[in-house]
Amino acid sequence: MPSDTLEAPAAIRELSYAEAAREALAQAMEADERVFLFGEDVGVYGGAFGVSGDLVHRFGTDRVIDTPISELGIAGAAVGAAITGMRPVLEIQFSDFVTLAMEQIVNQAAKIRFMFGGKASVPMVVRLPGGSGTGAAAQHSQSLEAWFAHVPGLKVLQPSTPYDAKGMLLAAIDDPNPVLIFEHKLLYKTKGHVPAEAYRVPIGQAAIRREGADITIVGSSIMALKAQAAAERLAAEGISAEVIDLRSIRPIDFTTIAESVRKTHRLLVVYEGVKTMGIGAEISAMIAESEVFDFLDAPIIRLGGADAPIPYNPVLEKAAVPQEDDIVAAATNLVRRGEA
Amino acid sequence: MSARKTDEIAGAGLKPNQRPELAALDDETVARALTRMHLIRKFEEAAEASYMRGLIHGTMHLSIGQEASAVGTTLPLEAHDYILSTHRGHGHCIARGAEPKLMFAEFFGKETGYCKGRGGSMHIADVEGGNLGANGIVGGGLPIAVGVGMSIKAQKNGRVCMVFFGDGASNEGAFHEALNMASIWKLPVVFVCENNKYGMSMDIGRAMAVANVADRASAYAMPGHCLDGNDLAGVAAVAREAIAQARSGGGPSLIECKTYRWRGHSKSDRNLYRTKEEIEEWRSQDPIRRLEAELKAHDRFDAAALIKLEEDAQREIDSAVEFARTCPDPDPKDLTRDVYAL
Repeated sequence: MPSDTLEAPAAIRELSYAEAAREALAQAMEADERVFLFGEDVGVYGGAFGVSGDLVHRFGTDRVIDTPISELGIAGAAVGAAITGMRPVLEIQFSDFVTLAMEQIVNQAAKIRFMFGGKASVPMVVRLPGGSGTGAAAQHSQSLEAWFAHVPGLKVLQPSTPYDAKGMLLAAIDDPNPVLIFEHKLLYKTKGHVPAEAYRVPIGQAAIRREGADITIVGSSIMALKAQAAAERLAAEGISAEVIDLRSIRPIDFTTIAESVRKTHRLLVVYEGVKTMGIGAEISAMIAESEVFDFLDAPIIRLGGADAPIPYNPVLEKAAVPQEDDIVAAATNLVRRGEA
Repeated sequence: MSARKTDEIAGAGLKPNQRPELAALDDETVARALTRMHLIRKFEEAAEASYMRGLIHGTMHLSIGQEASAVGTTLPLEAHDYILSTHRGHGHCIARGAEPKLMFAEFFGKETGYCKGRGGSMHIADVEGGNLGANGIVGGGLPIAVGVGMSIKAQKNGRVCMVFFGDGASNEGAFHEALNMASIWKLPVVFVCENNKYGMSMDIGRAMAVANVADRASAYAMPGHCLDGNDLAGVAAVAREAIAQARSGGGPSLIECKTYRWRGHSKSDRNLYRTKEEIEEWRSQDPIRRLEAELKAHDRFDAAALIKLEEDAQREIDSAVEFARTCPDPDPKDLTRDVYAL
């Protein structure tokens, strides 16, 4: 919750997304001795994207632990620590490398509670920097969140703002389940209002970033920001777009989406992950299966990533994922189609 | 229990020809070990019979013939220590003190089982009893043991984590990552490889570039012990040393127990890859009969006492099966109950 004490503009404190996540880690470690961080180069290097920063100096090498390059091993270690009373926070250096750790996350972390009849829980957090736009090409730019959202037992988050980066990470550390947080690499340097206290953003609650009447645009992570920018341009053209930032992919806040569609009668889903079998397909199907379907004045449109690996060439890279222009065009098209 | 009173044993001293590994186990300990070996054997024979009679569906991986490694390695563990097991894990559970009736209930998929019928044979866990679970993934427990070791170290609770795996798992990346991490961080973990010669049908000679799994310990700067896995006393002696080292901050060890599974990999196994002669050769090294023979030879237990241990074990297993048969199935309305912790 935003702090009441920070209402005066002079008191508004801005942090970058990376700093906000670091502050969450520091506050969680201060509050609870069971919390520890580990991952590749999280110590004196400060994390590949600077999230852990100086934490090793503040908390020592017993609680900020550099690991060998052993993704399967460290994901398994997080599972083992979690089931025996610790609260591990693991950083997978690039989310793409989680492919090496799938066994432990999908077969072990996600299933242990169920397989053991509820007699154990796995309170671990995995942070995964993902997404394209850095010119790092196909093996360092993927958006794999939908893979994990397909696995019962996991929770999957995608904070888009520094405020959520802190509040959702703290909520994830409190959560008794394995939680994966996909952080978009292009967001780490973005700045925003971040209260100093240790607040929580509830898992499973979408945020309405902008209210509107003509169309609902659902996105998450960087796509929620692109959708907001697109909505401003649409407003100049006389189209009133409501923008929903999902924040949580699993569990998903279908209520907020449904209520919005009931109001606007049009739905555009924007996501960076590969379009086919992605988050947009799920949201579209959920609407189609619900009574909200009857409120639609136009077909649902999915705007997802190309069915291709992320290319190296910057022009191609940009073309591979939805951009602000694409959102404006798709929304305009959808509203006009509905009016026709 | 022993046919002779312990004070008589103490008074008599050791027989000169009794090897130190066996002498190190008092009568009570050796009786407990033998009982658990019988329970494992009889649990699995009853599991097999239940399958044949159509009382269960699914599959199972029997460890008949491997009882000495499960019991010998866990014998020196303390009550609060942890184990992690494998798909061939009935023996480890029983060795660690799990109740056969709750295991059978789990095996039969019943709500009263250790995992309320959700885990079955391959996922039996007794978290409160320190058993952090069998595992359906070859090598799946190895990295988890590293995290348990980190947890023990952070909590300074003086415990030890013992993790079981097969020879096949030592060819998985998980094995190498786990041993390396446990060693660089000097974690209180004991790695126990039960080398039964085959990863499903693949002979270790074709699957592994070195002769022994224990040879791989040197790559991770930890002691590697290559043992006769059918010798209860010998296994227990080495395990005691490895557990003590782990507990005192000396770091992990790798113990390789060379043993043999008399049955196939699982129920689908048609045994096309090994000979009857080989199986017979290993059956002649039955770890249970070997221990009994040695105990008799050293006049520590008489035949009647040994028979009683075995009969008691059989009775316990018979009543465990009966208990499990009469327990209720889970209610389908609870299907998604434990997917998430609240």
